Amino acid sequence: MKHIKTLTNRVLKDTMKNGGCGECQTSCQSACKTSCTVGNQSCENKNN
Amino acid sequence: MIHQFKNNGYNIVLDVNSGSVHVVDDMVYDIISAYEGHTVDEVVCQFEGKYSKEDVEECYAEITELKEAGQLFTEDIYEPYIDSFKDRPTVVKALCLHIAHDCNLGCKYCFAEEGEYHGRRALMSYEVGKKALDFLVANSGNRRNLEVDFFGGEPTMNFEVVKQLVAYGRSLEEPNNKKFRFTLTTNGILLNDEILEFANKEMGNIVLSIDGRKEVNDRMRPVRSSGKSSYDIIMPKFKKVAESRNQMNYYVRGTFTHHNLDFSNDVLHLADEGFEQISVEPVVAQPTDDYAIREEDLEILKEQYDILAKELVKRKKAGKGFNFFHFMIDLSGGPCVAKRLQGCGSGCEYLAVTPWGDLYPCHQFVGNEDFLMGNVDEGITRPDIRDSFKACNVYAKEKCKSCFAKFYCSGGCAANSYNFHGNINDAYDIGCELQRKRIECAIMVRAAMAEEE
Repeated sequence: MKHIKTLTNRVLKDTMKNGGCGECQTSCQSACKTSCTVGNQSCENKNN
Repeated sequence: MIHQFKNNGYNIVLDVNSGSVHVVDDMVYDIISAYEGHTVDEVVCQFEGKYSKEDVEECYAEITELKEAGQLFTEDIYEPYIDSFKDRPTVVKALCLHIAHDCNLGCKYCFAEEGEYHGRRALMSYEVGKKALDFLVANSGNRRNLEVDFFGGEPTMNFEVVKQLVAYGRSLEEPNNKKFRFTLTTNGILLNDEILEFANKEMGNIVLSIDGRKEVNDRMRPVRSSGKSSYDIIMPKFKKVAESRNQMNYYVRGTFTHHNLDFSNDVLHLADEGFEQISVEPVVAQPTDDYAIREEDLEILKEQYDILAKELVKRKKAGKGFNFFHFMIDLSGGPCVAKRLQGCGSGCEYLAVTPWGDLYPCHQFVGNEDFLMGNVDEGITRPDIRDSFKACNVYAKEKCKSCFAKFYCSGGCAANSYNFHGNINDAYDIGCELQRKRIECAIMVRAAMAEEE
């Protein structure tokens, strides 16, 4: 595309099929204890 | 639903429901805001005199292509999906163990009231901790990765018990097919070589509390007994921790308040001191506290995030980057939508355990009897509390429905909501404003770094 550069290569909808395994880190166990930073976490499910 | 914003010279369009992020030129930036519900001819007309017909048509076609590919103007289809998760049995996978309700610092903003959580000073016994780990394993269903944070107060004030509990946890791993990830949150005062060696062997992550510049740190984090500087004691130790862990799997974590609104200088101070993993976040306080962030501080703070993001890009491009936790965003491999909608898991998969074995939804609720959910002997005795937290997701919060950040903060912190509005299904508005700004900055940093790739 000439005018648009897309930075993402996955859409959230695609994670519905294999998502929800719950193996990823709890956000408050990482480096915040007073805010909610779920979006910062990494997915641990290789099928996703 | 899209969210478009300009930051540091980048025009960014976020398609909220797909999570797609696009960097666009000025023309598309203008045209995309007029796209929905309008034909190409109508859009051409609207921009007559500003952009040529051919240009508008070309941009319109690109936008349409992405819309058809499910990367722009996508619908929110997740509410029924997340409802199905509510019927799944609740498992517990993470505990915040309050190893010590006591502290050797007298931090003025401490939500634990200098470690004591509105209660008495206490240390967790090995017996209570052991029961907590047994409770975790017994309630973790088929989850393999279990997390235990040694928290306080100050957990190094009861470090023998930490060591014993790690050994006990390890003994549970193989027979139960579990893997414990231990973390330690410490203010550093008692850190020594022995503790460090143990932490480096056993702790997947270590969170080191420091606020930044010496005067900023010492104003809010004085030594409890003497009122003297904690910075001078902890800074050399924290440097040693960071180096001994090869600058990975740790965070220096600070809090900024109304007294250091120029907090970008504190983050950069920590970076200049050689730390590469940094987390500094706004204090959560009652409006009556003199250090509380106020609404009139917001514009200054947002500007600070911009300054920090720009500087971070500059340093990353020069090969001298660091990680700022609140700007971390994985645009391609981040959490699945289920995780994003369920939030932090407090009250259901994440619980806090007091020194005497009581269970609370998270560390921030400890001491509030209304949220006492059970104990390590009897398990959950108030399933109603657990169920109310389980039902608390993005769709339960009116304010979140129209917010572009909902898939990044997952509805925000339940404790913050409760502290400001008296219920967990609301949102802490100042926190939300800052969260939105951080997400914009985080995306900008990715956009800037993508240019390099």
